[in-house]
Amino acid sequence: MDSFFSNPVTDWLSGVFTGWGMNPDAAHVLTAFIAILLLITVVMVLDIFLVWTERKIVARFQDRIGPNRLGPFGLIQPFADIIKLIIKENIYPKGVDKIVYNLAPVIMMMSVLLLWAVFPLSPILFGVDLNVGVLYLIGVGSLGTLSIIMAGWSSNNKYALLGAFRQVAVMISYEIPMVVALLIPTILSGSMGINDIVWAQDVWYIVLVPLGFILFLISATAELGRAPFDLTEAESELIAGHHIEYSGMKFGLFYASELLHTFTFGGFIAAFFFGGWRGPGAETYPILGLFYFLIKATIGYWLFGWIKYTLPRIRIDKMMDLNWKFLVPFSFALLVFVALTNALLADFVGSWIYWVGMLLSNLLFGWVTMEILRRRARGEREKVEGVQPVAEGGH
Amino acid sequence: MECREKIMTAMQIIFGITAAVMVGSAIMVVTTKNLIHAALWLIVTLFGAAVLFATLNAGFIAVIQVVVYIGAIAILFIFAIMLTRREKGDTGPGLNRGWWLSAVIAVVVFGGLTWLLQGWDGLSKAAPALGPSFDSVGLLAETLVSPEAFVLPFEVASVLLLAALVGAVYIAFQRKGEE
Repeated sequence: MDSFFSNPVTDWLSGVFTGWGMNPDAAHVLTAFIAILLLITVVMVLDIFLVWTERKIVARFQDRIGPNRLGPFGLIQPFADIIKLIIKENIYPKGVDKIVYNLAPVIMMMSVLLLWAVFPLSPILFGVDLNVGVLYLIGVGSLGTLSIIMAGWSSNNKYALLGAFRQVAVMISYEIPMVVALLIPTILSGSMGINDIVWAQDVWYIVLVPLGFILFLISATAELGRAPFDLTEAESELIAGHHIEYSGMKFGLFYASELLHTFTFGGFIAAFFFGGWRGPGAETYPILGLFYFLIKATIGYWLFGWIKYTLPRIRIDKMMDLNWKFLVPFSFALLVFVALTNALLADFVGSWIYWVGMLLSNLLFGWVTMEILRRRARGEREKVEGVQPVAEGGH
Repeated sequence: MECREKIMTAMQIIFGITAAVMVGSAIMVVTTKNLIHAALWLIVTLFGAAVLFATLNAGFIAVIQVVVYIGAIAILFIFAIMLTRREKGDTGPGLNRGWWLSAVIAVVVFGGLTWLLQGWDGLSKAAPALGPSFDSVGLLAETLVSPEAFVLPFEVASVLLLAALVGAVYIAFQRKGEE
């Protein structure tokens, strides 16, 4: 834990504090607090612009222009939205459990901000280099689930409760492929620390294990509760799901945390599969690393937006089928397969034979999976088509 | 050495706060009348346990505590409560006739543990400072699968869990022609 925000800037700052005659430990704690405050402020300001980006992206996908009235390119629009949300009346529906009701959006936002503690922004700029960073991701995700349950239950609304039920079912199921998908970079890099995983990516892991990337992308979309897996707030069925009874800034917190959660996961996709902050010159000039990382994270964010606004929502039973009948067995098989290939090619680590071998074996695995799926689908189709003539001929 | 003592006191302060929160929330778990509130207080208690693990340099176990106990078990508790209780404001007598018996047992266990641990020097010892190269996760993994250490209990536990899994599937499985 000593490494919390330990870099030249914070060292200099705590040096200043000790120069004023402050106790070194107290100076360290104070510096860490300032760093956390600064990080959260920057993240929240980023969040404001994410609202604008999201609206622009969805507008482009739907062949519209999006916000364009206030300021250049409508950039001031989110601030107007915030003012509107803040001055709204504070409404409590009948029968709400006030404490839990008010706590839910706070925990929701907290679960997202906690993720930034392990976010590897650049080689020297990160909160804390946990040696269990990958698992930390999953643990913090469960706090998000908890907040959704709290919101759904305390609102005293059937639709909110149904949304919460669905979310729990989805989160508990999709956590399994997600953990396994995260174990693949862990196996390749030999560490569960996110920073170590970034350091180990001389070749981006999306090249070595494209299937692991796809698995993580699918399970992360489910974890984020975004389309096509946004059953928890399915507008056409549940109106808004767990946040149906929230208004004003409490709703704003749910909305903002969803966007920020997506951006954060875009960042984790970048860290696990796109080499994180790595790029030309990033190791000598850490500020370049920050630049690369934010670009990659934005691409990841855009990827989630692309999926969300392209695919329609799928039914809850289909979603469970997809998870338990396909993703879970697939992820376990892939994990064993990647571990075996990695061990077989262990002598060639760092050479092109390893990279090409990993890529080709992954493509082979994907091809075999597709072949099995195709065969099963054909069998199902034949079963259905084989039944039909009998029904027709049976007068 | 002076610096070491300072860390010790900081750790003691953190321990004191965490322990107080844990005990308080544990009492709330058994005394609060609303079942959902009890489950939420239970989560606070479990989170306190995770904090204690983290202060003991057991980061892996702390995170696992959150993932398993809060992320799965406590949420399933809440799920079961929400599914089985019809009325939301579900209030009833929180205590039954045997409440004093459990209170006595709790006090006796607490007293017994205090008495047993009185002579143990581990209570006043500072945790050894671990360098950044100390790989606690790797050591744990090696301990779990090495034949000299815990591979047999580990495997037995796995088989037990597998048996429970198969049993759950067997119970929940709907045979064809059976409604």
